[in-house]
Amino acid sequence: MAFIKRVLPGTARGRLHLGALICVAAFLAVFPGVSRPYTTIFTASILMYIILSLSWTFFSGKTGYISLATAAFYGIGMYIEAILGRYIPLPAAMLVAAAAGFLIAAGIGAITLRLRGVYFTIFTFGLVLLLQNLVLWIEIRFFHTKGRIVTSGDFTFVYYCILAVFVILLIAAVIMRRSRFGLALECIGQNEDSAAHIGVDTTRTKILAFAVSAAPVSAVGAAMATRVGYIDPNIAFNLLMSFMPVLMAIFGGTHSLYGPVFGALVLTLLEEKLIRGYQEYYMIIFGAVMIIAVSFMPKGAAGIAESVFLKLRRRLRPRSHPRNDGGARDE
Amino acid sequence: MAMLEIENLSAGYGNVQVLRDVSLSVDEGRIVALLGANGAGKTTLLNAIYGLHKPSSGTVVFRGRRIDDMPGDKIIEQGIAYLPEGGRLFPDMSVKENLEMGAYPRGLWRDRKRDLERVYKLLPRLGERKKQLARTMSGGERQMLAMGRCLMSDPKMCFFDELSYGLAPKMAQEVLGMVKELNAGGLSVLLVEQNVRQTLEVADYAYVMENGVIALEGEGRSLLDNEHVKKAYLGL
Repeated sequence: MAFIKRVLPGTARGRLHLGALICVAAFLAVFPGVSRPYTTIFTASILMYIILSLSWTFFSGKTGYISLATAAFYGIGMYIEAILGRYIPLPAAMLVAAAAGFLIAAGIGAITLRLRGVYFTIFTFGLVLLLQNLVLWIEIRFFHTKGRIVTSGDFTFVYYCILAVFVILLIAAVIMRRSRFGLALECIGQNEDSAAHIGVDTTRTKILAFAVSAAPVSAVGAAMATRVGYIDPNIAFNLLMSFMPVLMAIFGGTHSLYGPVFGALVLTLLEEKLIRGYQEYYMIIFGAVMIIAVSFMPKGAAGIAESVFLKLRRRLRPRSHPRNDGGARDE
Repeated sequence: MAMLEIENLSAGYGNVQVLRDVSLSVDEGRIVALLGANGAGKTTLLNAIYGLHKPSSGTVVFRGRRIDDMPGDKIIEQGIAYLPEGGRLFPDMSVKENLEMGAYPRGLWRDRKRDLERVYKLLPRLGERKKQLARTMSGGERQMLAMGRCLMSDPKMCFFDELSYGLAPKMAQEVLGMVKELNAGGLSVLLVEQNVRQTLEVADYAYVMENGVIALEGEGRSLLDNEHVKKAYLGL
């Protein structure tokens, strides 16, 4: 009980957010029962993108180290399900995938996170290509095949598995935000030297956060593999899966939890609409939206929402926080 | 036995040697100043003492324990806090969060609420502004916040690097006054400054660094009358 009390948000606003989250989760939990199969599958892929962009934001959004390795961890998850899928149930394979993602990310982090700035980004980009070609070589050399058939599962069950990852990730993200670890990450993002100065072991903290952020990505990759049916290295390690979460998080805004969720939701819907209606123009329109978003919404959709909210509040309660114009921060 | 005892400390960057056999000590309850021009090696010395820059030789002993090979968080737990030049705050975090990070080392994190109350009592203006973002504060307030962050770890000794730099003369005076007050409350201080006259007026003892060596040392006020100090630093 004491633990629950400690974790529960103390402010009214915090409780409101928590209530909203519970409502959304409850809605998503009964969703497959009332919707058509296609909608359930589509919702699962929205959730998948939300998980990817939240995970990305957890590390890159906070620390400012832009990772393009999402596709690598996603592909690792897919391959683990492809190999283990026929021996163990999906949740078990997802756990194995999460553990594998965590360990591999920790190893990669240990090599690269001592570097600062753009080197890390380039390395993670190369990692996807490296894994893609390495797996291709292994498959051809040792298994004399290019791709693998993945045992497909019941889509409602897969949906619930992804929903579970989503809920766990959200809870973890909320707890992490105000924790010692979360604050240390934020400090690293704002000024790494200062963080080291006040005693943060920056390298260790970065490696741990990077590893933690990879686990849900691999887990969800394992779940989504059952939806694809067949994978080969080009499908599993698809660079688009590295870029999409970044775009979604930037579109939504990386400074709050709602940002990446909103960004993933909107862009997945947009992608779906464009692919179905205007396949030839899909990438053109999508790219244009991104350019506009990046140029005119530096803090993403969440940043716009926040400034509108602050303006409204100032109008309703004039001069209540004279020095806090946009500079205050709720607990 | 001095509280902080530095012996024959040398350090450098690559082939460039910045510190040469620097020895210095700070007694408990005193304000000791470290003066010198830009590039004399003052900040490098602080970083070397604090484990942020590995010294090539020499020892640092704090309250009878060697600290020159301890990691940063352990040194903070030993009771030294270091306010770097410019404060190095986290601009997009609130006053409260900035303060909390001063208690980051594991041994201190649990008691951060109590320390927060103590710091608010000491520097009430921070308590009034706890939700404000650090970047929206004035230069003097920021320096105060940086001080508060140091005090969060309940240190026995503080290093203040260029506290008055970039502040209006009146503000600089006020900040130095705060140092004096904290010292009266029992805090030992190592004060690094370019502002020679004001510093020598509050310091009990002072070292003057030139090109990586201690060129001169003496009681604070006596140095004000030293011919070399007068010529090189006071422009008399």
